[in-house]
Amino acid sequence: MEPPNGTMTQATLPVPTDGARSRWSWALTAGISALVVWSALGTRVEPSTILSVETLLAVVQYIARAFPPDLSSSFLAEVGSGVIETLAISVSGTFVAIVTGACLAVFAARTVVFGSIGDDGNTRFWLRALLTSTYLAARTMLSLLRTVPEMVWALLFVFAVGLGPFPGVLALGVHTAGVLGKLFSEVFEDVSSRPLEALQSCGASRITMFAYGVLPQALPQCIAYSLYRWEVSIRAAAILGFVGAGGLGQQIHLAINLFFEHQLLTLVAAIYVTVTIVDALSTALRRSLR
Amino acid sequence: MSDVRRTYLFWIALSGAVGLSLWKADVRMNDLFAPDARSQMAAMVRSMFPPELAPSFLRSMITPTAETLQISVMGMAVAIAIGFPLSLLATATITWSGILHERYSSSSRGVGFVPYAVARSFLSILRSIPEVVWGLMFVRAVGLGPFAGVLAIGVAYGGMLGKVYSEILEGVNLRPAETLQASGASRLAVVTYGMLPAALPALASYTLYRWECAIRASAILGFVGAGGLGQQIELSLRMFNFHEVATLLLILWGFVFAVETLSAMVRRSLAR
Repeated sequence: MEPPNGTMTQATLPVPTDGARSRWSWALTAGISALVVWSALGTRVEPSTILSVETLLAVVQYIARAFPPDLSSSFLAEVGSGVIETLAISVSGTFVAIVTGACLAVFAARTVVFGSIGDDGNTRFWLRALLTSTYLAARTMLSLLRTVPEMVWALLFVFAVGLGPFPGVLALGVHTAGVLGKLFSEVFEDVSSRPLEALQSCGASRITMFAYGVLPQALPQCIAYSLYRWEVSIRAAAILGFVGAGGLGQQIHLAINLFFEHQLLTLVAAIYVTVTIVDALSTALRRSLR
Repeated sequence: MSDVRRTYLFWIALSGAVGLSLWKADVRMNDLFAPDARSQMAAMVRSMFPPELAPSFLRSMITPTAETLQISVMGMAVAIAIGFPLSLLATATITWSGILHERYSSSSRGVGFVPYAVARSFLSILRSIPEVVWGLMFVRAVGLGPFAGVLAIGVAYGGMLGKVYSEILEGVNLRPAETLQASGASRLAVVTYGMLPAALPALASYTLYRWECAIRASAILGFVGAGGLGQQIELSLRMFNFHEVATLLLILWGFVFAVETLSAMVRRSLAR
């Protein structure tokens, strides 16, 4: 709750004194420095290695070898079909994720599961236990789905359904469902409770309250999040091919392993163009929603 | 066009695009539930249990886990080193437009526009190429090992940090900067004392959020030979040792969860 003016909060909230504040920031700085030093030692990456002439030379030589890009028409046709497949994987994956994520999000939103209002304490014990376990199960599920990286999901699905774009769609769908489900459930929890109170006082059921009270408020934000995840998905779709899940990644993997640097440059340029177009499209769509 | 018709058109176009994609990506959901795939997946899940919990295996996983963390930290250090300077150039209010530049002629503002445009397009190239692709290329350029992973995260995340930093800097209130400029402060002093203090909490908060992403990325980069947990997961998968895969996924889960909690705590204290 935002207080109407700041004068009262100053008296009631424990405002850290300057001493506590600066001690805290000193501790934070020291902690971060220690972490960086430990990491530099562990990865054997010193500033001198990063800035060394050798590193720079190696990178520049590698890039120079890749020029000029392979622009033969037969290869461009191959790249074109790779781009289309990557786009198709990202759209399908995001679609699967929206459907799965939304279903799970309903059960992972505290206010939707328990009802934000009118919880008069008379709810029966077993019902409460059932709701709590559903809620916890949905949360854990979402957290598991999003912690396992797309690449690992793709490997598992390649084992299950074989090579091709389909395991890529499943991998993207499952991982992104975990992310979107969490975001959706937060949006569901944050909607204004006024319309819900009005609906409940008219005797609406829990489902009616969700459909007419929560969804209309949450939808714009949910669509914005889905578009944002589509931008992330297109990048992921471009690399899932490394483990045999279709798209541009497969061609990139091949080009790198066979030292076809000219083709690699074309493929990387294709990724850049595709990602830029998707970003622009998604931004335009999000703006038109506003 | 009326609003209703536009909405209809939008939904028709969207469902068309989704339908086309599902067809192009060869999505046959039946395949997933076919007896063959079901038994395959069930066998895989069953072979994950119980997770490998032998002390010797767990002990040998400490180093890769630490390495994943270390790659992410060093990657972020490189990313900040790349992203921050570029973000200053890519901030329109610093280089060429807005209230700080009203006193200059349009030609001298045009000179400021050149580094702005160059920095923007450079950042866009860095962030549009996925970190795994960067990783593969760096493995070729500087050899296998954590260094390639650090560079991959540094370059890709440098592009993202740079873009978001510049957006944050463009959003700060310019009044203090204007005051400094009016009293004769140099461009550097205007940015350091007039803009950065206001932007710092948002910059730090976004950097922490990106660090969470960097940990996941550093775990994946192992797949292309950049060390860490990813490499162990790949090795265990290649050897069909699903008990170990289960343990590794659990480690990754707990690890990411711990970092997310820590980062959320710090971010909350920054917002105060």
